[in-house]
Amino acid sequence: MSLTTIFILSILLLGFLIMFQIAKASEYVAILKGEKKSQEQSYRINAFLLILFLVLGLIGVYWCNELLKGKILGDAASDHGEKIDKMMHLTLYITGTVFVMTQVLLFWFAFRYQHSEKRKVYYLPHNNTLELVWTVVPAIFLTVLVGFGLFYWFKITGDAPKDALVVEVTGKQFNWIYRYPGKDKEFGRKYYKNISDKDDNSLGLIWADVPDLNLKADKAAQDDIVTDKLMLVKNKPVKLIIGSRDVIHDVGLPHFRMKMDAVPGTPTTMWFTPLYTTKEMKEKTGNPDFVYEISCDQMCGKGHYSMKGQIEVVTQDEFDLWLLSQKPKYQTAVLDKAKSEKPAADSAKTAAAGTATPVIAMKK
Amino acid sequence: MSNEAILHEADVHTSHSNGHHDEHVHHHKETFLTKYVFSQDHKMIAKQFLITGIIWAFLGGMMSVLFRLQLGYPETTFPWLEDILGHWAKGGKIQPEFYYALVTMHGTVLVFFVLTAGLSGTFANFLIPLQIGARDMASPMLNMLSYWFFWLASIIMLSSLFVQTGPASGGWTSYPPLSALGGASEGSKAGVDLWIISMALFVVSSLLGGLNYISTILNMRTKGMSMTRVPLTIWALFFTAVLGVLSFPVLLSGFILLLFDRHAGTSFYLSDIYLASGEALPNEGGSAILFQHLFWFLGHPEVYIILLPAMGMVSEILSTNSRKPIFGYMAMVGSLFAIAILAFLVWAHHMFVTGLNPFLGSVFVLLTLLIAVPSAIKVFNWLTTLWRGNIRFTPGMMFSIGFVSLFISGGLTGIWLGNSSLDIHLHDTYFVIAHFHIVMGVASFFGMFAGIYHWFPKMYGRYMNNTMAYVHFWITMIGAYLIFWPMHYEGLAGMPRRYLDYSSWESFKQFAELNRFISTVAMIVFAVQLLFVFNFFYSIFKGRKVTSQNPWGSNTLEWTTPIRPGHGNWPGEIPEVHRWAYDYGKDGREFIPQTEPVGANESAH
Repeated sequence: MSLTTIFILSILLLGFLIMFQIAKASEYVAILKGEKKSQEQSYRINAFLLILFLVLGLIGVYWCNELLKGKILGDAASDHGEKIDKMMHLTLYITGTVFVMTQVLLFWFAFRYQHSEKRKVYYLPHNNTLELVWTVVPAIFLTVLVGFGLFYWFKITGDAPKDALVVEVTGKQFNWIYRYPGKDKEFGRKYYKNISDKDDNSLGLIWADVPDLNLKADKAAQDDIVTDKLMLVKNKPVKLIIGSRDVIHDVGLPHFRMKMDAVPGTPTTMWFTPLYTTKEMKEKTGNPDFVYEISCDQMCGKGHYSMKGQIEVVTQDEFDLWLLSQKPKYQTAVLDKAKSEKPAADSAKTAAAGTATPVIAMKK
Repeated sequence: MSNEAILHEADVHTSHSNGHHDEHVHHHKETFLTKYVFSQDHKMIAKQFLITGIIWAFLGGMMSVLFRLQLGYPETTFPWLEDILGHWAKGGKIQPEFYYALVTMHGTVLVFFVLTAGLSGTFANFLIPLQIGARDMASPMLNMLSYWFFWLASIIMLSSLFVQTGPASGGWTSYPPLSALGGASEGSKAGVDLWIISMALFVVSSLLGGLNYISTILNMRTKGMSMTRVPLTIWALFFTAVLGVLSFPVLLSGFILLLFDRHAGTSFYLSDIYLASGEALPNEGGSAILFQHLFWFLGHPEVYIILLPAMGMVSEILSTNSRKPIFGYMAMVGSLFAIAILAFLVWAHHMFVTGLNPFLGSVFVLLTLLIAVPSAIKVFNWLTTLWRGNIRFTPGMMFSIGFVSLFISGGLTGIWLGNSSLDIHLHDTYFVIAHFHIVMGVASFFGMFAGIYHWFPKMYGRYMNNTMAYVHFWITMIGAYLIFWPMHYEGLAGMPRRYLDYSSWESFKQFAELNRFISTVAMIVFAVQLLFVFNFFYSIFKGRKVTSQNPWGSNTLEWTTPIRPGHGNWPGEIPEVHRWAYDYGKDGREFIPQTEPVGANESAH
């Protein structure tokens, strides 16, 4: 054990002992002074502390907001995010008002009606009018919140526009795989038993017949593009088809205010429209390192905290260029490999090469 | 069948309570074993639950200190951690598997072992017979078994900390496939088996307890104690027991299916899984989401199982120490009832982002926000109870006021999370952590502390030390807000929970300083809880002795028993009840105990 630890522990122990001695002493004092008197004194002190707590607490709430409001990612970067932020503000105003009102009443009443020999309590077992008021009034406000909330909820969870960019996102312990449908605009079939990281087929795309698994080759799978970075287009709706290879993950997009679980065996979807390119966000936030991150928001094992994905939002032109530079996975994993005489055992290298391309394309 | 069984049971109970009647006359021999260990006295069982709960709270709290150490100082190494924890803290750094084991155990222990068993186990056992005027529980034997099943569950959970591959580490919710597959996580090997066995025994314990509480409250009230006269603590404990009895079996069924998936090759929750090790599992057609439905069908009522007893005790303590009747007794009962019903109809609000049908989601939004109405009624009724009272700030009262404050703060953020459109952004972020720790964790702890300080004199015939109690209250109150209030902001930034290091995240690393601050406060608050534990045990032996039978000037029946009641509670006849429990300040009298007949000139209420 280090010296500091021992130091901290001994301070704690000392604090304990002092506390205990004071506590014991105060009990004796109470007996000497008369229990009633010392009790009344402690009631007065605590009543004062309660009102002090209210005042300092409310100041603290304000101060905390001043301190932290700049750190909560700024404006939403998607159209759905803007709706959610709007809803959040409405909710904040309503709950904030109730918060201040009820806390003030609670501590004020406690202070105002603190024990006094002279005070006569007001025997008030019930009052139907009052009770009706505070049943109905909250119900009205909640109806408003439910109304607006569901209005936005149905907009956000409704069908994606027909012209939306469709990308498949697959979670695995502990990273994300993205798939674009390729030239035919159609995702080829895949089967989880056909997955083979060794053969660079991380999604189990059915490129060729697999008699063992009774699978027939799907031509549509052959031009599918698999990447490890998610490229999206500014102002173009994107629909994500989300799945998982192993346990439940969650595609968390804090800047877009979106989130959806990735469940093995049950595909889910979500859609939104990015509003700013990554470049614009770098300027907007004044952070040259800004990046749209995907955080895994569902506990998925020991690497959960590092399960990060990257999104780059670009303009349509930049996107088209990028897409042109991408080779279908079938090409890199099977055809190219067959061409080169050496069996390219190191599939990781090919994957890395795949991601290097977009960066070059971007720089143009 | 069930009707008959209940009738039959009721028969047994009546004859049993009659049996007790003569029991107090002739002394029956008590050994150490029957008095302190295999006791069938509800008061002793309550103390057993309480002390076991305190031990668990210490362990669960200690775990949070450890992981807060990691969160506050992700870059620092603590060599002494390796001394204590071995390979779990290699090089003085908490390893990811162990971090997840810590958060999982922290959640499981505090939710189930402390705030369920420790809270309702203690106070349902202690207060139900005393406040309704019964000599003991309907079945003291089952009651004793309830504790011992809990003890067994405790031992197994504790032992899981020592297995080679570590305890369960898939979160207290234990979602499969993570919890089902040893190949996906070390903790899902032996750890989850022990976790499931322990939880199964825990369910047995809480069913034995719950059935006992319900039958005792329904069948064994003393003469005159109609259901509309029982104190609100009893109503709250009654609904708590009903919630537990109806929802725990569903949890158990979920666990059993999980056990089958783990060991019997079934596919209830498993489908299309390819493990990182390169193995494709044969399971197809299962639904991982099914478990979440089964889990939250208990999981949501569970938060009310935790909260309702606190609400009941706070109602009682607020009224007693305001020297004023609880405002709107029937509305309080009604809102408890409404909460109990709604508790079963809102579980899927934990699942808004699982791909749940949006229309189904909208139904759950409506039902969830509906809970805010009875909750609001309760808050306003508590406030009105204080209004124009004559408030004594006993430690129990301080914690009750603290409870109301926390319940408001944490309850209001529930309105955010219950609204599915906001939940999309806030789900599984620190906003959720802040919300449920304030409203369910800390608030219920406050209810528990309030109860302990208030009924300690009845439990042990001594008082706890007031000075230590006030210090305990203030540091805990201030600390709780300092810890959890700023977490809302981390959640607004979308910062996910269950991460052990945020430093590599461009979106979340701005909170490093705040995390350190929170960790520091958490450790101080934990240290102050030790002060409470010390005060508790010290006062059992050395506390100031209680000299009057009714030290708080309370109306309820427990204060009509001797200062240190024996088994059977009342030495003579069980007193008859003539009025409700809240005649404080009526007709110019400070308080009128329930046992006093209604006077001829007394004003009706």
